[in-house]
Amino acid sequence: MNREDFEILRKTIVYFDNGATTLKPNVVRDSILKYYDEYTANAHRGDYKTSAIVDNLYEEAREKVAKFINAKEKSEIVFTSGTTNSMNMIIFGYFKDNLKEGDEVLITLSEHASNIVPWFILEKEIGIKVKYIDLDNKHEVSIDNVKKAITDKTKVISIAMTTNVVGDTRPIKEISKIAHDNNILMVVDAAQGIAHSKIDVQNMDIDFMAFSGHKMYGPTGIGVLYGKFDLLDKVTPFNYGGGMNAMFTKDGYVELREIPTRLEGGTPNIEGVLGLGAAISYIEDIGIDKINKYEKELRRYLISELDKLDFIDVYNREVDTNIVAFNIKGVFAQDTAVYLDKYNICVRAGNHCAKILDNEINISNTVRISLSFYNNKEEIDLLINVLKNSENIWKEIL
Amino acid sequence: MDRDLKRSIILDNYQNANKKYISNGDEFTKINTRNVSCIDNLDIYIDMDNNIIKDISFEGEACVISISSTNILINLLIGKSKEEALYIIDNYLKMINEEEYDKEVLKELLVFDDTGKQPSRIKCATLTANGIKKFLENN
Ligand SMILES: Cc1ncc(COP(=O)(O)O)c(C=O)c1O
Repeated sequence: MNREDFEILRKTIVYFDNGATTLKPNVVRDSILKYYDEYTANAHRGDYKTSAIVDNLYEEAREKVAKFINAKEKSEIVFTSGTTNSMNMIIFGYFKDNLKEGDEVLITLSEHASNIVPWFILEKEIGIKVKYIDLDNKHEVSIDNVKKAITDKTKVISIAMTTNVVGDTRPIKEISKIAHDNNILMVVDAAQGIAHSKIDVQNMDIDFMAFSGHKMYGPTGIGVLYGKFDLLDKVTPFNYGGGMNAMFTKDGYVELREIPTRLEGGTPNIEGVLGLGAAISYIEDIGIDKINKYEKELRRYLISELDKLDFIDVYNREVDTNIVAFNIKGVFAQDTAVYLDKYNICVRAGNHCAKILDNEINISNTVRISLSFYNNKEEIDLLINVLKNSENIWKEIL
Repeated sequence: MDRDLKRSIILDNYQNANKKYISNGDEFTKINTRNVSCIDNLDIYIDMDNNIIKDISFEGEACVISISSTNILINLLIGKSKEEALYIIDNYLKMINEEEYDKEVLKELLVFDDTGKQPSRIKCATLTANGIKKFLENN
């Protein structure tokens, strides 16, 4: 649905790599163009009209984000450069100061690198222990396994809302309840979930959450860190300088501003923020629940069609999101991707930066299709047809 | 070389790669060539005796171009001196990068003479060559 909203979809490409980044609707492009063509100015600075417009739009975007995830206050929303940046900000800006040697952080084997590597580095730096919640036989997180993994040293559970390889969505609300019953903080990497299902940070009782604009129809280089006010207020800034200080004197006295401004030192990615604001309005105009329903239906159709092909292995039949991981039997994932590309079908091959997951599923590389609402059955039929002819794959790609 | 012949040589070295196995002996040094694009992952086992490459084998998961080019390259390098091997590798890399190169020494590797035209395949075709080159230069 809504294909006409995307200039890029006038071309004959079938874009099935929405987990990597989504396409950008014209309204997002226009919001950035308008900033360039009509009111370029810095935010929070000037006393002239265009600057005031930018200022308003910037803070409006923050409000939109807050409403979109149902944050209590808009000051709980910090603009960052993306999920990776948000994760690093809290791991090194909060947990480094608030965890101590021997404290345990629970992640899983199917996390994205940005929710693994910073924790490993912190483990080296201050001696915390990174431990794994076991995945069940479908590679998913069960409540039982969360309970089993918790010890009296567990201080943080940090997991993805939806994983980028298996595509399973975690029962965040239940996990977060268990976490809080045990005095554990709940960190959620919402990069893959944010554009596909409703997230309510209050209802799910999430302590910190990270996501990226570019995976939710917005620009690259912009993302969000959400934190409950009292926690966010204790995050140490990365960037000291302009915008984030309240005052300083020549003898070295520095007073910082309130959050979130304190955590947004330097001139921010203004066009990114405005673009993200436009993207959120766009999603809300369609309706996230409608998107969710449509994408799930489309995925079920894709699975039912793939099931008819006996030379295809699907690795995550059961999950109920927008992601399908498969291989053509006997063909390396990348070769399949190159083959599909001949027909302008864009898919991702690889281990999707979840490099430790192959310990778990024994298949280190898969072809991943991640659907969006602008995909449709015709595109899936085309894919299925091309796959049906894949006995010619070597002729086509060599 | 015509397309069909090239394709059948590439496929044969993929599907029946004769040097695709693990070599465990003490005489072997293992090098890993993890591709930066986080996909191909091959282990290469090299047995150098004085200045001569006595044997090489490889194991791992990778695409058709990676596996096939690795198998062909390895077969060509076995029995060569370090200098001869480096000469072959350098000319192979030149071919892939579409520079002037010495055709004489490349033998079956010539099946990849137009791989450089597919940018996404360049890494696959040069993964092992770069790995072995680095090893030889450091030994
Ligand atoms: C689950 C998950 N977390 C985090 C990230 C990192 O996002 P970014 O690269 O925008 O920082 C990704 C991106 O692929 C992801 O899929």
